[in-house]
Amino acid sequence: MARGEVLAVRQASVSLSGRSILKDIDFSLEAGEFCGLIGANGSGKTTLLRTILGFIAPSSGSVTIDSGGKLASVGYVPQKFALDPYMPMRARDLVALGLDGNRLGVPLPSPGRRRKVDEMLESVDATRFADQRIGNLSGGQQQRVLIAHALIRRPRLLLLDEPLANLDMRSVAGVVALLRRLSQEFQTSVLLSAHDMNPLLSAMDRIVYLAHGRAASGSTDAVVRTEVLSQLYGYHIDVVRVHGRVIVVAAEAEDDAQAAVAHDPVHVAQVP
Amino acid sequence: MDVQTLLSLLFEPGFFTSEPVRTAAVIGAAAAIVSGVVGVFTVIRGQSFAGHSLADVSSAGGSAAFLFGINPLLGFLGMGVLAAMSMELVRADRASERDLVTGVVTGAGLGVAALFLYLDMTTSSTTGAAVTVMFGSIFAIPASLVPLALLVGAGALLAIGVLYRPLLLSSLDPDLAAVRGVPVRLMGLLFLIVVALAVALSAITVGAILSTGLLIGPAAIALHLAKRPGLAILLAAVIGVAVTWGGILVSYDSYEWTGGRGWPVSFCIVMLIFVAYAVVAQTGPARERRQEHPLPSGEKPHVTSAG
Amino acid sequence: MFEDFMVNTWIAATLVAVVAGIVGFFVVIRGASFAAHALPLSAFPGAAAANLVGVNPLLGLLVFSGLGVAGISQLARRGRRDLATALSLVMLLGLGALFLSRTTEYFQAVYALLFGEVLGVSNADLGPVALLGAVSVALIVILFRPLLLSSVSPELGEARGVSARLMEALFLSVVALATAMALPVVGALLVFSLMVGPASAARALTNRPLSAMLLSGAISVVTVWAAIALSFISDWPVGLFVGGLSALTYGAGRSWAWAGERGL
Ligand SMILES: Nc1ncnc2c1ncn2[C@@H]1O[C@H](COP(=O)(O)OP(=O)(O)OP(=O)(O)O)[C@@H](O)[C@H]1O
Ligand SMILES: [Mg+2]
Repeated sequence: MARGEVLAVRQASVSLSGRSILKDIDFSLEAGEFCGLIGANGSGKTTLLRTILGFIAPSSGSVTIDSGGKLASVGYVPQKFALDPYMPMRARDLVALGLDGNRLGVPLPSPGRRRKVDEMLESVDATRFADQRIGNLSGGQQQRVLIAHALIRRPRLLLLDEPLANLDMRSVAGVVALLRRLSQEFQTSVLLSAHDMNPLLSAMDRIVYLAHGRAASGSTDAVVRTEVLSQLYGYHIDVVRVHGRVIVVAAEAEDDAQAAVAHDPVHVAQVP
Repeated sequence: MDVQTLLSLLFEPGFFTSEPVRTAAVIGAAAAIVSGVVGVFTVIRGQSFAGHSLADVSSAGGSAAFLFGINPLLGFLGMGVLAAMSMELVRADRASERDLVTGVVTGAGLGVAALFLYLDMTTSSTTGAAVTVMFGSIFAIPASLVPLALLVGAGALLAIGVLYRPLLLSSLDPDLAAVRGVPVRLMGLLFLIVVALAVALSAITVGAILSTGLLIGPAAIALHLAKRPGLAILLAAVIGVAVTWGGILVSYDSYEWTGGRGWPVSFCIVMLIFVAYAVVAQTGPARERRQEHPLPSGEKPHVTSAG
Repeated sequence: MFEDFMVNTWIAATLVAVVAGIVGFFVVIRGASFAAHALPLSAFPGAAAANLVGVNPLLGLLVFSGLGVAGISQLARRGRRDLATALSLVMLLGLGALFLSRTTEYFQAVYALLFGEVLGVSNADLGPVALLGAVSVALIVILFRPLLLSSVSPELGEARGVSARLMEALFLSVVALATAMALPVVGALLVFSLMVGPASAARALTNRPLSAMLLSGAISVVTVWAAIALSFISDWPVGLFVGGLSALTYGAGRSWAWAGERGL
């Protein structure tokens, strides 16, 4: 992999239960880059992230992570986390497990450890609910705790699966700004999946756009264009920019193409 | 080798004319059919622990029946239904919490069983009760039990038939069912009572071990093979009958091979179920680690619009 | 009830209670009640088998609970855990039926193994109980952090390099060890009550994982002491009181949590 690259996905294809889900995915990520992984429901975002984590082996191609000498160099915030309200565990305990959850033995009280946890909780603005039970926190609060859990080891790469899905508009902007700031502060590359690219437009250095199991990647301006997306989808697509927002529309398509796009409600828009 | 010799190799002499074998085959098949049908729902709902526990706890009723000299089937049924109701008493939304409640009720129920068995032993010195209750024997079913047992089995099947659609919906997605007006908690209670009837029936006829085996095994195999619930139910009943009859045959024949001691029939049936499940499960795709992808119920379609 | 012949009973029961309470904490937070019920139950035919072959029953118990662990983990690789548990359980019980059919004078022993025989603990019995108990607790202490992380979320654990499958297998092995030690004392059917009742109350009383685990051990000890005392007074089986008190403990924990939510 090239110098400065933290992640290189090369011609990777993935099949699950004999079904081909991803084909020839190819992109790379540099240190400190903020990258959006955009695609509709079922386009394979979770599958791609899990492949990068090594949970799924690609059927061909490769995924390389430059660990920079660190053992656990990837932080991960899963899409679904149903934390048990009966679990006797505070937010700070979960963050501490991010620091040394793989070590053996019971955790002994240590001022250094406590300080690191406090600082991390502070960074994600979670000090207020640090001593509450994780299962009783709101979705957005749990999200922050999980980001702290993933970031406390200062990983080189942070993967987040749909972290914005359960947030209201204000919180979305807040979390994006937070992640952007943390990625610069810690020099961590961020790969974040979402079905709507609009909240990320100002933050993204790079975009990976998934459709029909294939990906287009590059800067937002280079990828989110009529020609590129039309080729990715295999039929004509219009990219419309209105009021600083991007809308992807299938224009005058044949019936089946129209139907396919209609299945991806993200891309259906009523432009007045 | 002609068919005649093959058959006589397969079926030891007297297999078809033995009275206990015939009773066992009829009762065993009835228990297998009821368990298979109820078992498919038990597996879909993730309640195998409850299905197993109800058999254990209902045998506490068996030991009470020994003590008070009432009809053992009534003891089994009464205790089973009581336990089912206690399990549904505590509200538990998560599967793990439901299993915990099941466990706590089981512990208490077995404590009661210990008491009755202890009293059985002190009053009548029949120490065999624990073993009889636990392991039962399909070859020792008193003929007087047969009509009542068949009636209870028919009742359980009828209940499943009546509840079929709302039960299926609330098993697949409780929230969806609630929106459609299905009383989800009542459905859970009714279903668990039906499970109690089914397992009490098989616990008393074929023993507690087989009751769990016949409830979970054939249903788990069927759900591996069939995608539609209706087909899975049919398949589970057929597989249940097949392993039961196969087990009875092996057990009967084994008296010959082992020089008159034989293998217990419960061992033979359970062995067939276990082997069948292991084979079927191996042919399926390896499960990705925690790679379950249920329907994302919380995610709404998102429509971007200008402005 | 503190006569000489009761001393060993108190010691053994206390050891079992501590171990069951501590292991039980993980049973409860992992939602592994079925496995915790199935392992003791499927281990007890091992004693029958050992009796048949003429070796130490404890060896039989260990071998059979080991088989249970192997069966559950192996079948769960390609199927659901509850189904794997149920089928391993019936298979081992089926073997138990086979062994029981080979011995005739075993009924009294079956009752003791199922429901416990706390009054007959000899000096020689104490050694293995203490040893297996110490090993189980040591394993829990060593595995505490990765096991905790993997219990909160197997996926977060995996991302942190903690294999969920390895944790599951190790955890089941600890349950199996604890089972083998406790079985001759409190019996197969009630080891399990001690693993679920006290821990479910403890998790409602504190927000800290480590405190919850220790508290669970303490509640478990109190439960067992009360059960033995009640059993001694009433002359009824200990199992009755262990099961009943565990259910009460669970109820108390849920009520406490319920009251806490409403700010009472
Ligand atoms: N274990 C599996 N076996 C077969 N197909 C699978 C499996 N897991 C996922 N899929 C399929 O792979 C495709 C991609 O799934 P994935 O979860 O990666 O999508 P996603 O982009 O994350 O969707 P969402 O926005 O809904 O989270 C889907 O069509 C899904 O049905
Ligand atoms: Mg996804």
